[in-house]
Amino acid sequence: MAGSNPNAKPLNLTLKVWRQKNRNTNGQMVDYQVRDISQEMSFLEMLDVLNEDLLRKGEEPVAFDHDCREGICGSCNLFINGRAHGPEPGTTTCQLHMRKFNDGDTITIEPWRAEAFPVNKDLSVDRSAFDRIIQAGGYVSVNTGGVPDANEIPIPKSIADQAFDAATCIGCGACVAACKNASAMLFVSAKVSQLALLPQGQVERKQRVENMVAQMDKEGFGACTNIGSCAAECPVGISLENIAILNREFLAAKATSNNLA
Amino acid sequence: MKLESKIPEGPLAEKWDKHKFNVKLVNPANKRKYDVIVVGTGLAGASAAASLAELGYNVKAFSFHDSPRRAHSIAAQGGINAAKNYQNDGDSVYRLFYDTVKGGDYRAREANVYRLAQVSVNIIDQCVAQGVPFAREYGGLLANRSFGGAQVSRTFYARGQTGQQLLLGAYSALSRQIAYGKVKMYTRTEMLDLVIVDGQARGIITRNLITGEIQQHAAHAVVLATGGYGNVFYLSTNAKYSNATAAWRAHKKGALFANPCFTQIHPTCIPVSGDYQSKLTLMSESLRNDGRVWVPRTKEMAERLRTGQVRVADIPEEERDYFLERKYPAFGNLVPRDVASRNAKMMCDEGRGVGTTGLAVFLDFADSIKRNGAAWVDAKYGNLFAMYEKITGENPYEVPMRIYPAVHYTMGGLWVDYNLQTTIPGLYATGECNFSDHGANRLGASALMQGLADGYFVIPYTIGDYLAQTAPKPVTTEHPAFNEAEANVRAQIQKLLSINGTRTPDDFHKALGHIMWEKCGMARSAEGLQQAKAEIQKLRREFWQDLKVVGTGEELNQTLEKAARVADFIELGELMVDDAYHRNESCGGHFREEYQTPEGEALRDDEHFAYVAAWEYQGENSPELLHKEDLVFENVKLTQRSYK
Repeated sequence: MAGSNPNAKPLNLTLKVWRQKNRNTNGQMVDYQVRDISQEMSFLEMLDVLNEDLLRKGEEPVAFDHDCREGICGSCNLFINGRAHGPEPGTTTCQLHMRKFNDGDTITIEPWRAEAFPVNKDLSVDRSAFDRIIQAGGYVSVNTGGVPDANEIPIPKSIADQAFDAATCIGCGACVAACKNASAMLFVSAKVSQLALLPQGQVERKQRVENMVAQMDKEGFGACTNIGSCAAECPVGISLENIAILNREFLAAKATSNNLA
Repeated sequence: MKLESKIPEGPLAEKWDKHKFNVKLVNPANKRKYDVIVVGTGLAGASAAASLAELGYNVKAFSFHDSPRRAHSIAAQGGINAAKNYQNDGDSVYRLFYDTVKGGDYRAREANVYRLAQVSVNIIDQCVAQGVPFAREYGGLLANRSFGGAQVSRTFYARGQTGQQLLLGAYSALSRQIAYGKVKMYTRTEMLDLVIVDGQARGIITRNLITGEIQQHAAHAVVLATGGYGNVFYLSTNAKYSNATAAWRAHKKGALFANPCFTQIHPTCIPVSGDYQSKLTLMSESLRNDGRVWVPRTKEMAERLRTGQVRVADIPEEERDYFLERKYPAFGNLVPRDVASRNAKMMCDEGRGVGTTGLAVFLDFADSIKRNGAAWVDAKYGNLFAMYEKITGENPYEVPMRIYPAVHYTMGGLWVDYNLQTTIPGLYATGECNFSDHGANRLGASALMQGLADGYFVIPYTIGDYLAQTAPKPVTTEHPAFNEAEANVRAQIQKLLSINGTRTPDDFHKALGHIMWEKCGMARSAEGLQQAKAEIQKLRREFWQDLKVVGTGEELNQTLEKAARVADFIELGELMVDDAYHRNESCGGHFREEYQTPEGEALRDDEHFAYVAAWEYQGENSPELLHKEDLVFENVKLTQRSYK
């Protein structure tokens, strides 16, 4: 069933898509035409149409990352018309719909561009740097079993809500792609804030922020210059305030560090 | 083959404790001499991998995603059940057990379900300790909400993103073990075969999705936590990459597949909008707490609405049929999923559906907004409303949501015993990948519970029992079975690349999905299932003659990946049809039109079908062999489910 506007006119579009065979080769923009695109389609469904056409013609489809297509897994990551996840605020690529475009538009589609996110192929990039940052300390060190009853750790609702807001980061990397320095500060700050706010995170509070920031630097992400593009483009609204918390946590940890190395 | 469920003797409430005492233990110093492979790192896999590594085993974990944080567990919205009785409303382990067995329409094992209810309370404790930010009351304690199929409030939640928060909790525990070097994580790596040595699971064959490299991995035991097979239907609420390949290939190596026809159709999904539709999006069942489901009372009014002659707002109260509240006054809009889905279909079949296709019913929040205010509704469901608006372009604060059922979850899966071991020694299956706990219908907020129960609190005990009986000698890939399995994998990839036909993998997948949805979906009949079988067999022949894949096997090739998965979906689809055809009764998500009560409710046949149907692969083009595990109910009396 069509949604709000069943009579909306199908779109004919020109796509300029980044094609790159693999990590070790150079890429280039390639033009494609797609026709009769329903405005009810999602952006990725429009790319599905392109890929089916290419495949039928014996050409290689465009590789891109996606999975849940409901805005939560963080897989999809397209840089559309110069913006991470495209023109609609607070939206992942998979939740962007073609009703946001006009007939005759030219749309450029590129991968995230950052040294720490090398291109696998076409629009697919390697974001394993994010995993390694979490592995450096983005957890509470509790083993399975032997933990207290859940209600023995009361947490004020306002704190729980604030921690939740930080915890909703989907790890897509739009913050890095949007930043002129390719900084990962918003991503790192979201996890640091969540655990710094909660009582469960207190024990490892200092070493966590020190280790995560060190890993972030090691991965080759750039510095933060407080522009705020990251928060502006974040599809789930992770607030810039988290970066302030991260800076405060980092300074406090360094000033009183137990880490003598 | 005799199916031994290995359910411990003794009273229901003591079985698990006794079993934990009776299982053999691996001495702490010996644990590091055992290697365990975990395939899939969603809730069931990440929790298992982390917990086994914490115990000291060497774990190799595999995910086809670029990160373990992306597994489809992340998309679960509504919540996780636990028998905490924090609300003082009469909940207990026994009540959660009872609700789950009843909700599953008496086709689950009592002992497994009781254990699930028992460990449910530990899961909440564990997640909170990890820093999972569950919803809280102003006093700082945990909040709960109600879910379908229960009359107590036992669902813990994190706004509409409970799965995300629980998965990130398990992912953080897994990440910690990766950092310690106790888990070796292989991302973008897909399992393509199971290796069996001397009758025991000893390893897997994988393909690196970026380089195409085929690898052999050996271990003392293998755990499959690879999720469900809802994508057999093409359109489902599953993620696009969710697939059955690992489980299906284990099945072809000898693991029995149980109750494949038990699939869950979720009542509250955003309706299909066109042929290009690539997936369906769920709207959490929790919405049924405050939204009211209705269609116009008459066909005529529905027709006028569909053609735009009348607006929703202009339909007077007496012209609206709140059919769930009318038919099931006790549970109202909170009836279990199978009942809600079937009723929505019935209304649309009667011509009372809404939207331009007539394949939708309303989920209306107008009363709730009037009673509680828009801000209250926003705090509770804000993200779901926003998602709905993004997809449909309609604002649910102003016009009622349109919803329609969609394939959501598969209760069937690899057959496992009480230890979660499949019929292949050393091969375990956890989470949605196995069949054990939900019977013929899963209750809302129980999938997260089961995935984490299996991974955190069951497999760490039961796998030790097996390993303790296995010599702690290093395992290698030297046995010829590894090269043989690898050769088969390579041959299949080569075959897929060489057909050079005209139809794309998606084309075949859509055709399969259409057959399954029409003939093995919400309502099934012997006649339709026979047609479906013939159609699937034909599709399978066409697939192997007319498939088109371009590119090579030595690179990132998403079409090739897809083709291999579709090949498995087609085979599994046929088994689902066989299973649905053989089960001459209706139960839970399996509704055979020939077997219904005069009111149109599912009519079980406990005398002939109170068993688990476990199918054994017999080779290509041979019918699978049916084995039966009789279900014995000692604690729950089998009754016609009533939610009236």
